[in-house]
This record gives sequence, structure tokens and C-alpha cells, in this order.
Amino acid sequence: MQEKYYGWGLPVDVSVHGWQVDQLIVVVHVFMAVLFIGWFSFLIYALIRFRQKPAHQADARARHFKLPTYVEAGVALFEVVLLCAFSFPIFSQARNEFPREDKALKVRVVAEQFAWNVHYPGKDGLFGRMDPKLIKAVNPLGLDPADPAGRDDVTTVNQLRVPVHTPVIVELASKDVIHSFAIPVMRVKQDVIPGQTVRSWFEAKQTGNFQIVCAQLCGLGHYRMRGFFTVQDKDEFRTWFDAETAKKTGQKQP
Amino acid sequence: MNSELGSTLKRPKRPDKSNHKMESLMGGRRENEKLPFWRRYIFSQDHKVIGIQYGITGLCFLLFGFTLMMLMRWQLAYPGKPLPLIGQFFPETAMISGIMLPEFYNQLGAMHGTIMVFLGVVPLAVGGFGNYFLPLQVGAPDMAFPKLNMVSYWFYFVGGVVMIASFFVPGGAAQSGWTSYPPLADIAPTGQTLWLVGMAFLINSSLLGSLNFIVTTVQLRTEGMSFFRLPFFVWAQFVTAFLLLLAFPPLMAAAVLQLMDRLAHTSFFMPSGLVVAGKVLEASGGGNPLLWQHLFWFLAHPEVYVLILPAMGIVAEIITCNTRKPIYGYKALVYSALFIGFMSFLVWAHHMYLTGMGTKMSAFFQITTMIISIPSVIVLTTMVLTLWGGSIRFNTPMLFAIAFLPMFGIGGLTGLPLGLAAADIHLHDTYYVIGHFHYVVAPGTIFALFAGIYHWFPKITGRRMSETLGKIHFWSSLAFINGIFMPMFLQGLAGVSRRLFDPTQYAHALSTQPLNVFISICAWLLGLAQIPFILNFFGSLFWGRRTGQNPWEATTLEWAAPSPPPHGNFPKPVRVYRGPYEYSAPGRKKDFWPQNALEAD
Amino acid sequence: MSTAVIPYISESHPVTGVTNSKLGTWCFLASEVMLFGGLFSAYVLLRTGTLEWPHGKELLNVPLATVNTLVLITSSVTMVMSWASLVMKSLSRYRFFMGLTILLGLAFLVVKAFEYGHKFQHHLFPSTGTFYAVYFTLTGLHGLHVLGGILVNLYFLVPGSRLWRTNPEQFTGRIECAGLYWHFVDLVWIFLFPVLYLL
Repeated sequence: MQEKYYGWGLPVDVSVHGWQVDQLIVVVHVFMAVLFIGWFSFLIYALIRFRQKPAHQADARARHFKLPTYVEAGVALFEVVLLCAFSFPIFSQARNEFPREDKALKVRVVAEQFAWNVHYPGKDGLFGRMDPKLIKAVNPLGLDPADPAGRDDVTTVNQLRVPVHTPVIVELASKDVIHSFAIPVMRVKQDVIPGQTVRSWFEAKQTGNFQIVCAQLCGLGHYRMRGFFTVQDKDEFRTWFDAETAKKTGQKQP
Repeated sequence: MNSELGSTLKRPKRPDKSNHKMESLMGGRRENEKLPFWRRYIFSQDHKVIGIQYGITGLCFLLFGFTLMMLMRWQLAYPGKPLPLIGQFFPETAMISGIMLPEFYNQLGAMHGTIMVFLGVVPLAVGGFGNYFLPLQVGAPDMAFPKLNMVSYWFYFVGGVVMIASFFVPGGAAQSGWTSYPPLADIAPTGQTLWLVGMAFLINSSLLGSLNFIVTTVQLRTEGMSFFRLPFFVWAQFVTAFLLLLAFPPLMAAAVLQLMDRLAHTSFFMPSGLVVAGKVLEASGGGNPLLWQHLFWFLAHPEVYVLILPAMGIVAEIITCNTRKPIYGYKALVYSALFIGFMSFLVWAHHMYLTGMGTKMSAFFQITTMIISIPSVIVLTTMVLTLWGGSIRFNTPMLFAIAFLPMFGIGGLTGLPLGLAAADIHLHDTYYVIGHFHYVVAPGTIFALFAGIYHWFPKITGRRMSETLGKIHFWSSLAFINGIFMPMFLQGLAGVSRRLFDPTQYAHALSTQPLNVFISICAWLLGLAQIPFILNFFGSLFWGRRTGQNPWEATTLEWAAPSPPPHGNFPKPVRVYRGPYEYSAPGRKKDFWPQNALEAD
Repeated sequence: MSTAVIPYISESHPVTGVTNSKLGTWCFLASEVMLFGGLFSAYVLLRTGTLEWPHGKELLNVPLATVNTLVLITSSVTMVMSWASLVMKSLSRYRFFMGLTILLGLAFLVVKAFEYGHKFQHHLFPSTGTFYAVYFTLTGLHGLHVLGGILVNLYFLVPGSRLWRTNPEQFTGRIECAGLYWHFVDLVWIFLFPVLYLL
């Protein structure tokens, strides 16, 4: 089922914004290829033309080539273009230009060795208070049962469901060591630093089942720290989410 | 002056000053066997013996580090399958009936990186070639501080022993990557402590070495050897020494802090409220994991240039000699090296774009990263333009030196997308990164080191290595090493993370699994391809064709000394009259004009 | 076979104007600056990253540290005196001042040991909190540097001073280098004292 998404090279892009990253990668690689092929042909040509021949001496007269200076200036100029036209705006968009919170789905992802705890605020849009001292096997996030904001919160392990065409703001935290939250098909990757909450965002344009990847060595189970990432229809997601919150609030009611 | 008198009076009283070369081992006939063996060859203070010690130890570590990688490649190609033949000999903590455990895989990964960088390439490039040839090329009798030089080697040796010993402690060797990011490294088993202790030894070793390199270059240049008559190799080593001197101490600071975290239970790198395996960690908290990354990369980025600058120096020597032409743009090359050295202190955080860094800071580091690419382009350009108009001899050292150029070129170019934070979002911590830096150090630096070995072997031993075996070694290595690293770019683009014990666990990694098999086979073949080199190396020690003082008809000063050079290097003091690369000077009969030759010669 | 005679061991290089060991010492100190610079920046990062950082003067013994600062500054003066004595060709005066320097260095360490002991008695350890972690690490590393300096000075006081008879100039140069190091260690303390105890 996954063959259509992945191959040798960039995986399928199912995000609204990922084309920019892809475009930059393609542009850079074309630039690299042009530079390398030009330079390499020159190298091969020089090697063949100036190979040692009988009764031939090297020409040691000082000469000055103008072309390399232009090429270097061109490279420098193109790097400025890469920075200003591509990298700065794209990175700034990923880091700073968050979607409006009322239009977006907010979700916390708390990484641990070796799982992703996903935490949706309930209907109230508020995350319940968490305390590391309350962490138990049944309560992997350490949610405080006394906090009303947490009553309707939905938590899952290793399963992140999001609706399609809806911006998702992810608040990333870690319980133990550094992890890195990456969804290759979403062109999103963000290190998760313990002691900090880092925010990231993305928006899917296509439904499907994908994977969350841990991209930073986090211990012996790093290789199997994958999470499921499911992009659903808005209605489908809503149905699931309502059912989950109902389950939660239903349990808590006396 | 009486001080001069004093020093000469005093010298003979120190018996340890008359060490000797390996020449008697290698078939030379020189006398002076007054010192016992262990002072001549083991605790020697002669820069050439120390250089050989560094070189041989470094080569052994390179082979060892490579072996670790070949083990990893089995797991990557055939995850979960028992390692044939040798798998049964591993203890249960590493492999269970030949099937590798993830803990062991992580140890192999961390130690492969550490050993290759700190115990293999740098000791061979700087400790080996630098020690042996820097004093010769500046016309000095020895390093400025021979005793410190000896201590430097032995610190390195002890550091290496500690690193290897860490495999045998409970829990095994360091397994948090060669970058040792805390908190993971803070809570790792004992091996990590030994890693830190070993690093402390290595840091001190490189400190002492760099002092020697700097002082020797500044103070001990022979008469007429002005700074702009120095061979580029010396310049490269000189800049490298400054990087070692100034970039390593912050890592020392970081290592001290991590040792405190591990042994005195401080929380420099641990924030409050960590919960490991369901238990609240008993630590005061209040630390910052990113502090380590800043201190570490402040070292480790200059370290990249420590790996590459000596290689550039070696390649420049070999290319000029074998094109029979002066180097194109010598001064541009020197200024580029200086500029690279300076800039390398200002790019470290481009390893940390995705740690949540703000856009202003990332913009700064992206700009510095782009700037540092310019002098590297200049270096490559000057080397290629040197070929133009030359008369190129394709001997083994030259082949390796030429191959360095496109290989380093690929390594440098693929740094470009990684240096752009936006592209780094997708490529960070993937196999693309592995492909990138391996192109710089493996077919880049290590090829340059091979070139150096083939080039200077006649000087060190008085014998030549076999050209036939050398060419077999070169072409097979070139083919297989590209077979290893080229597919990694595809894997990286596919988003495959680094340091995955079992790549088949992820769907996107599974689709590139055939590439993993191909890479592994290339890696094992690359191992086989080193056999001609090993045979050639040891065989030539005993049966190689004897050569004279200057077999390549080169111009720099090391070729003005006998092969192998005696203690004190030059039978009589040398004087320098011209620049380092006077090849094919117009109006002269011979096509090379040594730096020390008189006008009339 | 001639032995390798390395130039500029006791006389200065005509162009650079320094001996090998002096240049080496300066380079070594540059490296040390980077070491302590790294630790200082770690301190700054940790302090700015925390909301509340205790005032050193409320937790540490300022008068004792002031005395220690004076002790170390005095030892720097006696170190200069010992070198000056050699320049004036008096080995006995050198011995006196060098001995004094070593004693002052030891006094510094003894006071430091009392400070540490006092903290340990009150169950204050590096693991107590980030402030104490920084305090113990920085002063501990500095203490090791002081100890190293004392050992070097002891060597030059007794066995090393034999060089005076054969090569007084080189010996004076060595003492100058030892002095450079000692002043550096002093200087580090002059940074540490306000940073840890006063701010």
C-alpha cells in the first residue's frame, strides 16, 4: 500500500506547503549538477590534454584566468538568491507564520522513549494540566484528574489523526531525551527538546495513512519509534473526535 | 652569546636527545645505537618517529573503525539475520546467536564516528603527516618541544586505549552517537564516562600537538623561509593547529560538565521534571540540553576543517609536483585557508537549525555557511587550474590526489542544501547528511591521506611502493566508495533517518532497502580493496625499490634531506632561496628548482 | 651523528622577539581562555535561562573569598619578584620568593578546602542545584589549575633550579613562563570571584 508514496528520492508530498521545500531542493540540486558537470568536464579535459607526453614540458608562465572569478562571483550571487528568495521565507513560514489558532487544530505531542503520546484538547480547546509526578502506565502524560480543562482531553499513543485541509499546530515536548518529530510526507521536522515546548505546524492536502518518524537518536529503541499519522476527511475526523470526547466525559461524569 | 653556548653545552648532557629513526628497522645503515630501543622507538622525542607512531596507530584505528562499520552494514542490509561466520564469537551483550542487538548497533555507530574522526583521520593527517613533514618542510631540525610532542602521542595512545576499553565495561561503549547529545548521554551506561575520559586525553593530546605546530612554524623556519615561501601543506597544518588550539577547549568544557552530570549528578544538561522509563529522574534540573550542542558544535565544526585542511595541503603538494607546474594562485590559496579557519568558528549552529532556533539566528548561520563555501570553491578552483598547461604524471599518489577534487567537490556541493535551513527541514538527520560528510572525509580526506602515504613513503623509508598494487587499490577503492555513498543521497532524499538499527521498520525506509544491500556489498568490497594497500605497504618496507633523496624531483625541503632523514633532519643547515613550487621555470635545464638550490645549480 | 639542536630555546627569535617556550605559553593560555570562556558562556546561558538565580553573596562566604583573592594577588606579586630576582642574578632571593608563592598558593587551596568542607557539612553538593553545580565546577577546575601551578613551581624551586648553574638565561625564561601561567590562574579567579560570589 505504501509503494505509491515512497521510492528512491523525495517521498510523495501530501502537505499544502511542502512544495516550497521540494522546489528549493530541486533548484539547489540543478544548480549543483550544473556546477559539478561543468567543473568536472573541465577537469577531465585538462587531465587528458595535459597528460605527460615525451619531449613536452609544462608551461609554468604565470597566467591569469578570468573565468573562475566570474564563476565564483556567480556562485556567490546565486547563493544570495537561494537564501533570500527561498530559504529565509520558507524557514520563516515554517517557524513563525503560524495559522490562526481558531482556524487550526491544536495538538500536543509528547515524545518519550520510544513512543509518541498524542494529546488533543477537548471541545474547550484547553490542555489539561500535567505533572510529571502523576505519570503512570495508564496515564502516560501525567494529566491531572483534578483539572477541569483536562476532563475532555483525548489522548492516544502513537496515533496522530488530523483532518485534511486544516492547519495543525503541534506543541512538541519530551519526557526524557531529545527526539525529533518528523513526518517526511508532510515536509515537517522539528527537534523535541526536553524542558521546552516547541511549536510546529503543517497542513495536509490529501487523506491517507503515513508515519511519524523519530529523526534524532534517542536510545536503543530509536529505530522503532514510529507513530501512525492518519489524514482523514473532516467529517470522518469529527466523528472520531466526538466519539472519543464523549467517551472521556462520559466516564468522568458521576 | 653565552646562552647559545649554554644550550650547546647543556645539550649533550641530555642523553635522550639522540633518538633515531626507524631506519634500522627499515634497512638503513646508520649508526648511533646508543639509546635503548624503547627510547629510540617507543618513548621517542624525534618528530619523525613520533610521526610514524601517530601514522601507524592512526591507520590501525582507521581499519578498526572501518571494521565496526562493516559490522553495522550487515545489520542494515539484512536486519535480524544472524551474522555469518563471525557472529557466534560475539558475547551475548552484543549479539544473540549472531543477531545484533540495538544497543550494540548504537555502540558501533557512536564508536565508528569517534574513532574515525578523533583516533583515525586527525592523528594520521595532523599527528602523522604534520609531525613528520612540517619540520622538514620548514627546514627545522625537529619540533620546538620534542618532549611535549612525545607526551602528545602518548596522551593520544591512552585516549585510544580508553576508548577501546569502553567496549568491555558493563553496558558497553558509548552509544549516544559520536555527538553524545544529553540527556541521552547523561543517562547512558558507563561506556559514556569512558568516552568522556578518552576525549579528555585526546583533547590534551591535540593541544600539545598544536602548540608544537604553531611554535615550530613561527620560530623554527630556516634562513630564507619567509611565510610566503612556506609550502601550502605547512600553511594548512598551521591553520589547523590554530583550530585545534582554540576549538577543542570548549569541548573540554562540555566534557567536564557532562562528566559532572554523570558522576556528581549535577544537571547542567538536564531540565527539570524528566521522566525516564516511567520514573521521575532524581536530579535538581534547571539545565539546558542545547548548551551541550552549542559547546559541542563550536568544536565540531572547526573539527571538520581540521579534517579537510591537511588533506588540501597534501593534495596541493602532490598536484604541483606531478603537473610540474607552480600552483595556480598560491596566495589566494593561503588566504582562503586562513579565511576558512577564521570562518569555521562562526558556522557551528547550522547543525542546530531544527532545535527551535529563531529565524534571525538561523539567518545569521545560513549566511556564514554560504560565505564559508566561497573559499572552499577557490581552493578547488586553484587546484584544477594548476593542471592547465601542466605535464601530468599519473602515478598512484597523483591519482588519489586528483580523485580528491571531485569527491571533495561532491561533499562540498551537497553541503549546500544542508546549509539552507529550509531544505534542511527535510534533509536534517537523514542519510543525506551521512552521504555529505562522508564524501568530504572518506573519498575526500582519506583519499588525500592515501595520496600522502604513496607520495612520501619513499622519503620515510627510502623505498618506493608498488605502482601496480597502488593502481589496483586506487581504482577499486574509487569505484566502491562511490557505490557506498552515492546511494545515500537517494536514501536521504527519501527521508530515511540516520542511526536506525533496523531500517525496515519505516515504510519510506523500506522502499530504499535494496540500496542498503547494494551499499553494504560495496562496503565489504571496499574492505577487500584495502588488501592490496596493506600488502603494498608492508611488502614495500622490505622489498620496495630503493630510491634516492628526491625520487619525484620535487622542490620542497623535505626532499633536500636524505631518505630517510637522519636525526636532526638535515646533514647541514639548509637555506631557502625561492618559493615552494618552482617547477618548469623558464630558461632552466631541469624542470624543477628546489627551494634550497643555489642559482647556479 | 649530530644531535638535533633546536634554536631559540633560551634566546629570543630576532623577528618575533620571543623564545619558543614563551610563544608556546601564550598559545597555551589562549587555549585556556577558550576553556574558561566556554565554561563562562555555559554559566551565562544557564543563568539567563532560569527565572530565579540565587545571589552568590547570600549562599557563599564572601569575606573568606575576599581573603583568598588577596592571597592569590599577593602570590602573583611574589611570583614576579622571584622572576625579577633571577634577572638580578640572585638565586637565593628567587628561592625565597618562589617558596612564598608556593605557600600562598597552598594557603589559597586550604581556604578553598575549608569553604568546600563547610558546604558539604550543610549538605550542599554540586547536585543540589544549578548554582552549586556551577560554583563547584568552576572553582574546582580553577583549584586544579592552582594545584598544577603549585606543582610546576615546586619543580622549579627544587630540581628544576639546577638549570640555573648551566643555563641561567633559559631558567629565567622558564620562570617567566611559569609566571605567565600563574598570573593567568590569578586572573581567572579575579573573574570567578565577582561572578560567583558577588553578582
